[in-house]
Amino acid sequence: MKKTMKKTWVSGWLSGVFITLFMMSVGVSAQPLQVKQWASSCFACHGTDGYSEGGMASLAGQKKSDLIEKMKDYQSGKRVASVMHQLSKGYSDEQIEAIATYFSALPHQKPAAKNK
Amino acid sequence: MQRREFIQIVGAGAAATALGGCATTEINAKGANVVVIGGGYGGATAAKYVRKFSNYTADVTLIEPNQNFISCPLSNLVVGGSKQIEDITVSYEGLRKNHGVNLIKDSVVSIDVSKRQVTLAGGATLFYDRLIVSPGIDLSYEKLPGMLKPNAQEEVLHAWKAGPQTVALRKQLEEMKNGGVFAISIPLAPYRCPPGPYERACQVADYFKKSKPKSKVLILDANDDVTSKAALFKAAWATRYAGTVEYRPKHALSDVDVKGKTLKFEFNDDIKADVLNVLPPMSAGKIALTTGLANMNARWCEVDFLTFESKVAPNVHVLGDSIQVAPLMPKSGHMANQHGKTCAAAVVAILSGVEVNQLPVYNNTCYSFVSPTDAIHVSSVHQYDAQKRTMLTVHGSGGLSAAANPLEGEYAQAWARNIWADMLA
Repeated sequence: MKKTMKKTWVSGWLSGVFITLFMMSVGVSAQPLQVKQWASSCFACHGTDGYSEGGMASLAGQKKSDLIEKMKDYQSGKRVASVMHQLSKGYSDEQIEAIATYFSALPHQKPAAKNK
Repeated sequence: MQRREFIQIVGAGAAATALGGCATTEINAKGANVVVIGGGYGGATAAKYVRKFSNYTADVTLIEPNQNFISCPLSNLVVGGSKQIEDITVSYEGLRKNHGVNLIKDSVVSIDVSKRQVTLAGGATLFYDRLIVSPGIDLSYEKLPGMLKPNAQEEVLHAWKAGPQTVALRKQLEEMKNGGVFAISIPLAPYRCPPGPYERACQVADYFKKSKPKSKVLILDANDDVTSKAALFKAAWATRYAGTVEYRPKHALSDVDVKGKTLKFEFNDDIKADVLNVLPPMSAGKIALTTGLANMNARWCEVDFLTFESKVAPNVHVLGDSIQVAPLMPKSGHMANQHGKTCAAAVVAILSGVEVNQLPVYNNTCYSFVSPTDAIHVSSVHQYDAQKRTMLTVHGSGGLSAAANPLEGEYAQAWARNIWADMLA
């Protein structure tokens, strides 16, 4: 019992350190799969991780507040679009916030492919 | 510190974070074998994203018989002559080079669900922890006796799987005389790519207007009306192609006289044309039929929409055009791409022992060209409904173009570049 308690205390103390280091080192790869799935629904048009291949806006590395504002403006009709006014209305505030967090955490420039 | 202790601490950290509502849950699928059958919009995407979402820990093998990916979306522009087959062809090499996917150029002949093995036409056997089956469609000619005669299917083409038939149909149109008739027969829905036949009619009509102005396009549709983007297509036929395109609904094909170049219908008079293009009824891809994965009317595969796991075969996931779709979910390339990522996230979650996403959300954006430059679209957003256990469109989302325009044509081209890279680069 005593041993378990000690372990829990150590875990609790260390977890904060580990989480901070972990988040810093792996960035978006540590985000939950749910957020990855939501964000990846944008990739078909906007490129993998929001790095556009041209002809569509790149979303990677954009400011979170800008991304959220644009989606709100598409929803309200303030911002005119051919498709996004229709798609934006399918995502909740929570989903938009999570997706915006995902893209804003990425570097602006596409990193080299890593496959290992 | 012992390694075991370290893992426990990190594990506790992960749990604490999850409870705190912020990020992390440990993703690790090291040692797991994921085999993907079929390198189309669904399978290629799934292969890449199992690698990516598992932080490159899961081993992924993609089995695909074709050397390169050839896109069905945009293939009607090859039929119309404004694009070449090379323009819609992309190498699979990026999946290997950039994402470490093992590529096997072969096809699967059998699946042993209890042993978790697939056998390839070349004889090899592969073991899997999770199998993802994305075989596209199979074309059913059983109810069209004339199409079962020798060489019939080489003469009357479908061109509904982009590749040699796309090029061959283009050749038939080029060889047709000015003043000839091109007749396209459309099966009852559901079939792959609902707006595709109407887009093809537009592309052929555009070619005729420019090069063979006395020629006609006849659309013979088994359905009661145009199944997708109806008003927009009808507007194109009434304005751009007036006198060239004629649309006839409720024309259910019953047989084809291949030598006599004649279509026969259940309730309508025979129609003779110079180039016949028959889209027969469709089903899940052949491997899904022969293995019993197609449990719905022996035609489509029923899946759990949280994971895309088959309702009849554990550890086997099915996606893309082969599935029994949710309400208002089209059989489109874009949708298959979305299936691929949602399935990949679920497979990675299962292999890592973390919770599967209980609220998948994804979208469809489907462009159709009404000329070589002008396009229209339909869009929708789909979200999981826990009570109905299916995907439903989100109320108030989605819609259609106001009218065909060249800006949407540019977006359609950009869509293709981006989605091909999302699958394959």
